[in-house]
Amino acid sequence: MANTNSGATTKAGMDKADQDAALTGAEAILKVLEEEGVDTIFGYPGGAVLPIYDALFQNNSIRHVLVRHEQAAVHAAEGYARSTGKTGVVLVTSGPGATNAVTGLTDALMDSIPLVCLSGQVPTHLIGNDAFQEADTTGITRPCTKHNYLVKSGDDLCHVMREAFHVAASGRPGPVVVDLPKDVQLADVTMEEKKPEVVTARYQPITEPDRASVRKAAELIAGAKRPVIYGGGGIINAGPAASDKLRELVSMTGYPTTLTLMGLGALPATDPNFLGMLGMHGTYEANLTMYHCDVMLNIGARFDDRVTGRTNAFSPGSTKIHIDIDPSSINKNIQVDLPIIGDAGRVMELLIEELKAMKFKPDSAALGEWWGQINSWKAINCLGFDQSGEIIKPQYAIHRLWEKTQNIDAYVTTEVGQHQMWAAQYYRFENPNRWMTSGGLGTMGYGLPAAMGVQIGNPEKLVIDIAGEASFMMNMQEMSTLKQYRLPVKIFIINNEWMGMVRQWQELNHGSRYSESYSDSLPDFMKLAESFGLKGVCAESVDDLDGVIDEMIAYDGPVLADIRVAKEENCFPMIPSGAAHNEILLGPQDKAANATSEEGLALV
Amino acid sequence: MNELEKRHTISVLVDNEPGVLARVIGLFSGRGYNIESLTVSEIDPLSQVSRISIVTRGTPMVIEQIKAQLARIVPVHGVKDLTSDGAHIERELALVKMVNSGEERIEALRIANTFRARTLDSTLTSFVFEITGSSSKVQAFVDLMSSLGEVEVSRTGVSAISRGAVADMPITTTRDAAAS
Ligand SMILES: Cc1ncc(C[n+]2csc(CCOP(=O)(O)OP(=O)(O)O)c2C)c(N)n1
Ligand SMILES: [Mg+2]
Repeated sequence: MANTNSGATTKAGMDKADQDAALTGAEAILKVLEEEGVDTIFGYPGGAVLPIYDALFQNNSIRHVLVRHEQAAVHAAEGYARSTGKTGVVLVTSGPGATNAVTGLTDALMDSIPLVCLSGQVPTHLIGNDAFQEADTTGITRPCTKHNYLVKSGDDLCHVMREAFHVAASGRPGPVVVDLPKDVQLADVTMEEKKPEVVTARYQPITEPDRASVRKAAELIAGAKRPVIYGGGGIINAGPAASDKLRELVSMTGYPTTLTLMGLGALPATDPNFLGMLGMHGTYEANLTMYHCDVMLNIGARFDDRVTGRTNAFSPGSTKIHIDIDPSSINKNIQVDLPIIGDAGRVMELLIEELKAMKFKPDSAALGEWWGQINSWKAINCLGFDQSGEIIKPQYAIHRLWEKTQNIDAYVTTEVGQHQMWAAQYYRFENPNRWMTSGGLGTMGYGLPAAMGVQIGNPEKLVIDIAGEASFMMNMQEMSTLKQYRLPVKIFIINNEWMGMVRQWQELNHGSRYSESYSDSLPDFMKLAESFGLKGVCAESVDDLDGVIDEMIAYDGPVLADIRVAKEENCFPMIPSGAAHNEILLGPQDKAANATSEEGLALV
Repeated sequence: MNELEKRHTISVLVDNEPGVLARVIGLFSGRGYNIESLTVSEIDPLSQVSRISIVTRGTPMVIEQIKAQLARIVPVHGVKDLTSDGAHIERELALVKMVNSGEERIEALRIANTFRARTLDSTLTSFVFEITGSSSKVQAFVDLMSSLGEVEVSRTGVSAISRGAVADMPITTTRDAAAS
């Protein structure tokens, strides 16, 4: 079966005859990708996916980005997905290719990021024989994917691929693995026309909420004296329109609003009703507002332990409304009074309708009093820091970075550690999809590859990876990818020469015994950058900082900025593990008074 | 979370495809839920649907979690908590081999008779009984037999269905429909 169909001409509009044409499995895979609107895939070749790479070679509509490690391919696809709202696509080979992808898949599962990861597999007749580069990929990835498939026959291929995209992106999004034995990639496949009702038949999550519950929520919200809106990543996942709805809801109520790490940008940081992020390193005012509120409206957040602190002391007196697309999020960590299953944007839309229909007016006396209380907490200025002397404070570095980029519509990714929390605190996001950080899994090495994916999805935008020196080194090989694809990503390393977050916990909980947390034998980052073909810049003192940031932004290409910061700075505020919101530590002076409890020591 | 743990029997309809049982079991082990018993078999060969009966134990909050987590699995079509949704019937089948050549053989037969166990196999030194009933009845029978001789047991685990005229989880394709 000679195949002259390069795929270059086909898109949704291809004619019937063309669609039913026999293809190889590999060609059919690419056709489905085209059909799903995929323009970019992140991958790394190997024996078990060579037929797909061969088909890619002859395909002009899908761009393949060659990473330097499969973990990076998955993070790049995550960055791409989170910044564009599209499903990210990954292609890896069997065995080590697939196992290298596992961290990225788990990351995407924890943060609900829509991905489809295609993995090669040994031919079907060798499965189970411990063949070369065989791994039980579906077995290994079962707990770290939303769903996975092993395609055993060319007849199932197109349906599985299509269902994979549907599952990845609908309901609560997540990663889906399609394991593709090599003989299936080479099989003759007849591509049938896509029938949406067949593709979606098996998986139909609820997006439309129960109206009576929405009405009940409106009543509770209207009757609140000390309300709080607590928004999460579900709002971001529901698309930019959901963030618009949040803005509308907040402005019509004037209710104080806090966002989780995953939700930042859903409400502008400059909105007067915004209290900042909540949780372990959230603001004093956000956490105390949560603690003392009488009605809590959780929109698309999951009462994560980083947010709740000790659950039996979490917002003890409040009536809790929980909007979530995933029924399993309800009552998982915190028992709520009114659950509403549905798409965050849709529920807010209906909630606003209900509030309007009941001619809602906030109880201005009560609300005024509540804001008075909140403003007194705000007055503590919990994010204040003292930038004196020559040494750059990490908070100041990020604050300046924000000031200098706030009008450029920048996209920010991070690694994991103190710098991540400082980025969440001091970089202020005005819009959704601008902030990509590994929240649930906390994966060091996420930020650089994620930034690559963001840059590919948003070629004209400024993309910055706010990094720690230790995390950066976990995926720094990706500088080579930046160079190859001329991706002008800016790597902004908050270099404190420590695994700072580990050091902070050792200081707080383990008697300052700094076991294995020093970043010894660091490379010369300037030379490292240069050897990869990046520009390297370095700020050693406060006087250098602005110039270095300017230079970094102005440079037309990838830059690594080594920002030497105060080495022993800690990240505050902090709710120690196992503590309640009202036991928040504001700074080093609170350390002795509020040491971590016995039970807290066992928590992460 | 001082609420008492309670035993629940949950029925789950799933596509009979590779890996589906691993997904269900992996969910229980990965999230630390209990499994007291789990049975599975295809119930509808035409639409390739299997029914899993799971007996688990947990606080009301955990049971709700289990049901929600099960429902999240893509090849799961339906989840029904038989314990909380009205009356239901639970049955288990066990094959019990009792080895003894002495006096106790008569007692064993008498007990088997009382329990309405069937004798499937007998030799001069052994019996194999088949018994059906609730898990506690099966256990009582096994305990009695164990006091009479060496015993080997194979149990199916609990299979369960709701009482009454409502088919909560009907088979969708009948043979007639498929034939037409
Ligand atoms: C892959 C991985 N391994 C280990 C950890 C545990 N961990 C959390 S933060 C951290 C230190 C990060 O150091 P660095 O990147 O320099 O950031 P800093 O805290 O100094 O800002 C470590 C080791 C992790 N989150 N991810
Ligand atoms: Mg560091």
